[in-house]
Amino acid sequence: MARYLAGRLLTAIPTLLVIATLAFMLLHLTPGGPFDSDRILTPQIERSIAARYHLDEPLWQQYFRYLGDLARGDLGPSFQYRNTSVNELIAQGLPVDVTIGALSMLFALLAGGALGLLAATRQGSVLDQLATSVAILGISVPVFVTAPLLILVFAMRLHWLPAGDWVSGSWQHLVLPSVALALPYTAYIARIMRASTCDALSQPFIRTARAKGLSPTAVLWRHALRPALMPVVSFLGPALAGVLTGSIVIEQVFGLPGMGRYFVTGALNRDYTVVTGITVLYGALIIGLNLLADLSYAWLDPRLRRPA
Amino acid sequence: MNGAAAAVSPGGSAWRAAWRQLRARRSALLALGVLAAIALAALLVPCFSPYDYATPVWTRIFTPPTLQAGRIFGTDALGRDLLVRVMWGCRISLLVGVAASLVSVVIGVLWGATAGYLGGRVDGLLMRTVDVLYCVPFIPLVIVLEVLFGRNFLLVFVAIGTVSWLDLARIVRGQTLSIRAQDYIAAAQALGVRPATMIRRHVVPNLIGLVMVYATLTVPSVILFEALLSFLGLGVQAPLASLGSLVADGAGEMQANPYLLVIPAAFLAAIILCFNRLGDALRDAFESHRG
Repeated sequence: MARYLAGRLLTAIPTLLVIATLAFMLLHLTPGGPFDSDRILTPQIERSIAARYHLDEPLWQQYFRYLGDLARGDLGPSFQYRNTSVNELIAQGLPVDVTIGALSMLFALLAGGALGLLAATRQGSVLDQLATSVAILGISVPVFVTAPLLILVFAMRLHWLPAGDWVSGSWQHLVLPSVALALPYTAYIARIMRASTCDALSQPFIRTARAKGLSPTAVLWRHALRPALMPVVSFLGPALAGVLTGSIVIEQVFGLPGMGRYFVTGALNRDYTVVTGITVLYGALIIGLNLLADLSYAWLDPRLRRPA
Repeated sequence: MNGAAAAVSPGGSAWRAAWRQLRARRSALLALGVLAAIALAALLVPCFSPYDYATPVWTRIFTPPTLQAGRIFGTDALGRDLLVRVMWGCRISLLVGVAASLVSVVIGVLWGATAGYLGGRVDGLLMRTVDVLYCVPFIPLVIVLEVLFGRNFLLVFVAIGTVSWLDLARIVRGQTLSIRAQDYIAAAQALGVRPATMIRRHVVPNLIGLVMVYATLTVPSVILFEALLSFLGLGVQAPLASLGSLVADGAGEMQANPYLLVIPAAFLAAIILCFNRLGDALRDAFESHRG
């Protein structure tokens, strides 16, 4: 297990290197720079700004300087926010994304899992058909459509929940963004859960469990649930990655002060360090979350724990 | 995905059997019909409508949907006919969806089939590359691309096409591997069938169904991706509209004029829904044919 973990972590390093290089080179090799604003600067000031951010050095030198800083966990100073480092921007933005992401994943797991289980135990019933249609609809309607619609219905018409105004910090503000972000994943999980539960319930060991007189509830919870959860768990890695990058849209719609906002404005303003830094962080999080999903896979299926 | 043995069924080609399966599924046919109707409307309505998508008409802003003068979807904040704009949006979405999916199919099939067919070191190298690319955060990267190279319409195709082939490459590789291990391949080899004939007659027919299924499922994800870019203001350039930018515009006006949000959103959802339905049905059709 430890060996497997070490191997996975070792392959993560070249992957991150590729991501960092890709982002760095893309930004630096295209025309236009972070200080090409409409304000015209005197050559002297321009030179001193360039020197301060090391933009006067040859590209390879900047690249290796960046990699060196990256290895120490320093993502460099932001170009658009004076006197603020990218690390500080991330420290401000990431908690917002993590809160929304964790809540929506929890919602998706609970609601999607419950919906899938209900549908699977009542195959062919009206409830099953309803759940299946709702799931297809949920997959087909993108977040940037459901989010404004949710605001329209629950915030503007019914006045049940607030839509924006993150700063006040009450829990009600978390509801609409998390639910909006969670809906497509809820639908996916419901679909996967239904299919895998149907599959599990048709296995011979379930027949045995029923034959020895266990109640349907015990059969479902004690025997069918664990194998049925496997496909859901393998979906969690990509889902968490999707939630992470999907929050860019949610932040835009709900006006949340998360990382995605810094990223989009950073991209628009050629803020090299912000864009590269957040891209690398996204990559690291995706790698980490996929690893976590694979590990929980081994936890659910004891057969995978034995070294091959 | 296992058991691709039944390459040619007694009742005719794999295609005909799949089509029979598909025809038996009402919802898939319905989806196909709706898609055809939307595509036809998107093609024809802008040609025959007296209104165009770009010219502002200041005397007609925010006309709610009405039967008068053919403004069945009303007009937007600049008095432009929403029907024509939505149809243009459908044109863009369908075009991007199909074109970018083709790009991703070509790359994915070549990559996956090469890896699966050649095996060994080439396979390892090609699939490791896919593994690495899987970890690249693509939505952010495409945003960066869009910003850096200007909002180039062609780039939207290329960017989306090049990022959506990874799944297909993996699936095609797996399928190629399982096809290569089949007895009928060994039998054909023993009979002296040349490699080119082998690929044409035995590998491709078994691959093509799977590729069709995943291409059909790639289209909606590509359309969503384009719509997302347009929603963030990085896709098509105004005054041209895509369904994503129409949704974004509508979201800004939803308090007073919810129809501006609901109508383009409904079209976007309908297109995605139909493609997903069709893809699922195709998958069921090919799988039950194999099973």
